[in-house]
Amino acid sequence: MNIHEYQAKELFAKFGVPAPQGAAATSADSFDRALESLPEGPTMVKSQIHAGGRGKGTFTNGYQGGVKFCKTKADAKEIAGKMIGQTLVTAQTGAAGRKVQTVYFTAASDIKKEYYLAILLDRTTSKPVIVASTEGGVEIEKVAHETPEKIFKVFVDPAYGLADFQVRELLFGLGLKGAEAKNAAQLIRNLYTMFWETDAAMVEVNPLITTPDGQVLALDAKVSFDPNALFRHPEIVALRDLNEEDPKEIEASKYDLAYIALDGNIACLVNGAGLAMSTMDIIKHYGGNPANFLDVGGGASKEKVVAAFKIILGDANVQGIFVNIFGGIMDCNVIAEGIVDAVKEVGLKLPVVVRLEGNNVAAGKATLVASGLALVSGDTMADAAQKIVKLVA
Amino acid sequence: MSILISPETKIIVQGITGAFGGKHAQLSLDYGTLVVAGVTPGKGGQTFEHGDKKIPIFNTVAEAAAATGATVSTIFVPPPFAADAILECVAAGLDLAVCITEGIPIKDMIRVKRTMAGAKTRLIGPNCPGVVTPGTGEGSTGGCRIGIAPGYIHRKGHVGVVSRSGTLTYEAVFQITSKGLGQSTSVGIGGDPVNGTSHLDVIKLFNEDPDTKGIILIGEIGGNAEVEAARWIKANCQKPVAGFIAGATAPPGRRMGHAGAVVGGHEDTAEAKIAVFKECGIEVAETPSDMADALLRAAKAKGVSLD
Repeated sequence: MNIHEYQAKELFAKFGVPAPQGAAATSADSFDRALESLPEGPTMVKSQIHAGGRGKGTFTNGYQGGVKFCKTKADAKEIAGKMIGQTLVTAQTGAAGRKVQTVYFTAASDIKKEYYLAILLDRTTSKPVIVASTEGGVEIEKVAHETPEKIFKVFVDPAYGLADFQVRELLFGLGLKGAEAKNAAQLIRNLYTMFWETDAAMVEVNPLITTPDGQVLALDAKVSFDPNALFRHPEIVALRDLNEEDPKEIEASKYDLAYIALDGNIACLVNGAGLAMSTMDIIKHYGGNPANFLDVGGGASKEKVVAAFKIILGDANVQGIFVNIFGGIMDCNVIAEGIVDAVKEVGLKLPVVVRLEGNNVAAGKATLVASGLALVSGDTMADAAQKIVKLVA
Repeated sequence: MSILISPETKIIVQGITGAFGGKHAQLSLDYGTLVVAGVTPGKGGQTFEHGDKKIPIFNTVAEAAAATGATVSTIFVPPPFAADAILECVAAGLDLAVCITEGIPIKDMIRVKRTMAGAKTRLIGPNCPGVVTPGTGEGSTGGCRIGIAPGYIHRKGHVGVVSRSGTLTYEAVFQITSKGLGQSTSVGIGGDPVNGTSHLDVIKLFNEDPDTKGIILIGEIGGNAEVEAARWIKANCQKPVAGFIAGATAPPGRRMGHAGAVVGGHEDTAEAKIAVFKECGIEVAETPSDMADALLRAAKAKGVSLD
């Protein structure tokens, strides 16, 4: 689960991670009140959307840049007015862009040097890894590719926690000394505490900056959380912004369905993440284009399958449906009844190819045949994939 | 022979009184598996009944193991309590804990994995379908079924299957059985980023098992476990191996964060993993329908019979 920068900065404040003073506003009426809390002078205006690349983004009204430096608070207020309520398109939003519903004002900082700092899970060692670099404010993938020697990593032993020597390793790597080193050490320790205690999946500060007076500040913040751990963090769940999510994905999550919208025209309804991914792959292999990833999971009820069909059909691009079920946990007959109910309930006109295998498959296939509906049966995944690709072509 | 479990293996079911655990305990009993104990804290002394079988329920894993001689446990405990259930198996000195539970917080698994370092107990999963060593009866009954896989799709034989995905495991097993071949053991290691047993761990076991003549290795995008296994295979494994990687069309960046790609390296994508498979002499299945055929091609090339 992702949160906005201003929410991440509020969490930073709680855990003692210094960042420039800031205030968020959700409407033009509240700009004055937000700006009042900030000092006079240079101010940053930052559009709050979950996607990256905001600074280089373009609003659909033609205004350039979702992050702006302003010399005065008065300028900041004016610029914020051009952003709020407008749709920002960045390299990560897709062509549709995202509506800016919140603007974040921060006191602009004097930057001495920019760095990079992130904490995430390292899958190979099954430990949290802290990644730091002397190259901040740029794409870290690029740094990793071109100058890997400028990236420093420490792997934290979860039994002991972050050790002082590891913090020192990072500071020496970054070349920080004196007050800067002391402040950065405290920031890194506190950021790690936040990562660990909030069950974060990733915390990224890009850039982390030093100022001429020795401060170390998190200038930007990107934070996401482990969805499996949200049950024990109601305070994090409260930060979820449904405006940032695809309505179909929100609807799917209500039924505990894993759905991701794609841009093709063949919808998939599959059980199991691996099979769902490879169903998309096999559609592509035979020249089709998948419209979505959809894993109905184990133990799906009839209601769940009906809900899955409705979500799929909410996508106007869909021209055919491929149902691919290998019932291990799932009873194929439950799926079959769900398919029949859904097709009847929504008056489905699109071609549907069903491939059922596994638990109680004979009963499931009998249910499909007895329904009298025009459902095409596929024997294997390859057979079914070729049939649906042909039907929508 | 087989790996990890055999028809003689005695197993405990943690969470046997829950609907999910209970249902699959029944299916395992029907398969002929020696489910000898259940564990539900507070319900010790009760019994789990299925047909004419009465399975004693214990309060703790240690009690269950001491009373029945069980060496393996299957965990069907809800996510908030699953890490604790795994550690209870470690403390009881079991050989193997198979955790089916999906949705365990990553931090819990990071801590469990650290605590298990050097312990005798092996963990498979979490978020996995389990392990099956087929038997010789009708529909492969008489074997050992741990977890949630459909038993009847198996057939006793000589192909080892290892996969992160449950349903793709069934797909591979079903294809092998449909060809008139069978499995030595089928292992689902689970789809979570932090798990107990890796592809490589299982590949090493299959390599040493004289009854396993060929291997199907099924992976997904993300992490580098498949690459690690492939490189080891190239250097150490003479048996024919077929591989499949799911997720060639998955949208980038949906699950992995910005910095994730850096730490994971450049071997994260399906394309990169498939390239490594080919380079390591693994016969790549073009589609998920091609897994058994790919293994047959690999076996033919090496002059190995999988019968």
